[in-house]
Amino acid sequence: MNARLRWRKFVSGFMLTMTGVCALISVSVLFFILGYLVYHGGTSISWNFFTKLPSPVGETGGGMANAIVGSGKLLLLATLFGVPIGFFGAIYLAEFSGSTTAFIVRYAADLLNGVPSIVIGIFAYALAVLPFKHFSTLAGGFALGLMMIPITLRSTEEFLRGVPNSLREAAMALGASKSKTIATVIVPAAYRGILTAILLAFARVAGETAPLLFTAFGNRFWSNGWNQPTASLPAMIYNYAISPYDDWHRQAWAAGLVLLGLILIINIVARAILSRGIAVPRA
Amino acid sequence: MRMTISKVNFFYGAKQTLFDVSLGIATNKVTALIGPSGCGKSTLLRTLNRMHETVRGARLEGEILLDGQNILAQDVTAHRRRVGMVFQRPNPFPKSIFDNIAYGLKINGTKTPLAEAVEKSLRHAALWDEVKDHLHKSAYELSGGQQQRLCIARALAVEPEVLLLDEPCSALDPISTAKIEELLVQLKDLCTIAIVTHNMQQAARTSDFTAFLLTGQLIEFSPTPQLFTTPGDPRTEAYITGRFG
Repeated sequence: MNARLRWRKFVSGFMLTMTGVCALISVSVLFFILGYLVYHGGTSISWNFFTKLPSPVGETGGGMANAIVGSGKLLLLATLFGVPIGFFGAIYLAEFSGSTTAFIVRYAADLLNGVPSIVIGIFAYALAVLPFKHFSTLAGGFALGLMMIPITLRSTEEFLRGVPNSLREAAMALGASKSKTIATVIVPAAYRGILTAILLAFARVAGETAPLLFTAFGNRFWSNGWNQPTASLPAMIYNYAISPYDDWHRQAWAAGLVLLGLILIINIVARAILSRGIAVPRA
Repeated sequence: MRMTISKVNFFYGAKQTLFDVSLGIATNKVTALIGPSGCGKSTLLRTLNRMHETVRGARLEGEILLDGQNILAQDVTAHRRRVGMVFQRPNPFPKSIFDNIAYGLKINGTKTPLAEAVEKSLRHAALWDEVKDHLHKSAYELSGGQQQRLCIARALAVEPEVLLLDEPCSALDPISTAKIEELLVQLKDLCTIAIVTHNMQQAARTSDFTAFLLTGQLIEFSPTPQLFTTPGDPRTEAYITGRFG
């Protein structure tokens, strides 16, 4: 009996330690990356980095202002294109469709979500670059927007389905039509979740490089309007990191840090928005 | 008669849950629907404001009249404004107390000043004194009983002709229940009330007429004192004396 108890205590202690170690590893990866980025890129971040164009090869200094603005434009386009489609598609799925349609659409969305981003890039290249015979910001935004659709769709649908049916009944019993119920009760009740989903989709595509290689391409100068190739942070990181120049390596680290910082800021702002308003308590 | 139900048969898919039910809901009276679980009393109540149509595969045969007009021929949203409903569990919207009450008025584009209408409804629901100083707090900060009275006030705000209550006290403690029962008796002057309950004492205390349903059939429908003292059907007697259900 005593030996058995000792064995059980040993197993318990061992498993507890293992789970703790795994939890620690999960967290430490993030901090390791952050620390590494700050260590290598921190010194290269200066006012110039945010305001100057990349300097010519062989010359040190310069910045990535065009890539920061380019990423902003690409993400704006992607959001304008991907989020409405995902959002309204989710409303159809959660509120109107039968179970068979819902199953098919959901399944297709999951598959689309699993399509490698490089394939999305080729697809966007065929659709939005080849016919116009030039790379453009629009094509890049289209590629990233395509990637946002399934993420937005699936998570928005989950959050809409999470709204208790009793709220739908309450609104309908007051004489609200179905569309009014959705607009005034269901979406407001689920908006925190929906917003989180959109931000997750946003953060996910913010770091995508592959779809941009064939679409937005890259640019060492300012890109005017929406119809020219544009620089973006992830593509810039890629190009700089594989270059043979030490100064470019440092700038690539700095760009990584800026990208991560932007996503972090967006997350924090989102949390701040989410903490306001009234949440539906869990049953 | 405010509402007349005649020969209503109801089906969920292939399963029939109401058989040839006919009864009248008297104007400015409380009509109680009682019966064991699954007897169809909630289904019958939900047909009165056509909430059954939100369920896929539900089908209604027969005729239901409101003020002599067939409700199935009306615009469903307009009909539901005239026949309000309060549900089993309090279901306030994730909005402030004020916005909850004002909701029905806002979506209907009312011209009456909201603040006045909200106060009036809350007074009718005997909730005004408890909430008047925090109208802009979340409705979820209220107790369960207060939330249910809020739902009653929300339904009253659009001034319905009929108010349906589907076991409104089943999730509430005895004190909250007593308050709501008291309220029902007062609300009679304002509108016609139909209430589903499986608490027979509640039916006896609050209603003027009682309908007893069993397995989808209307067994007995008479003035409440009569149904509880001299039931005409042996099954009614068995149920109200607690031999089943």
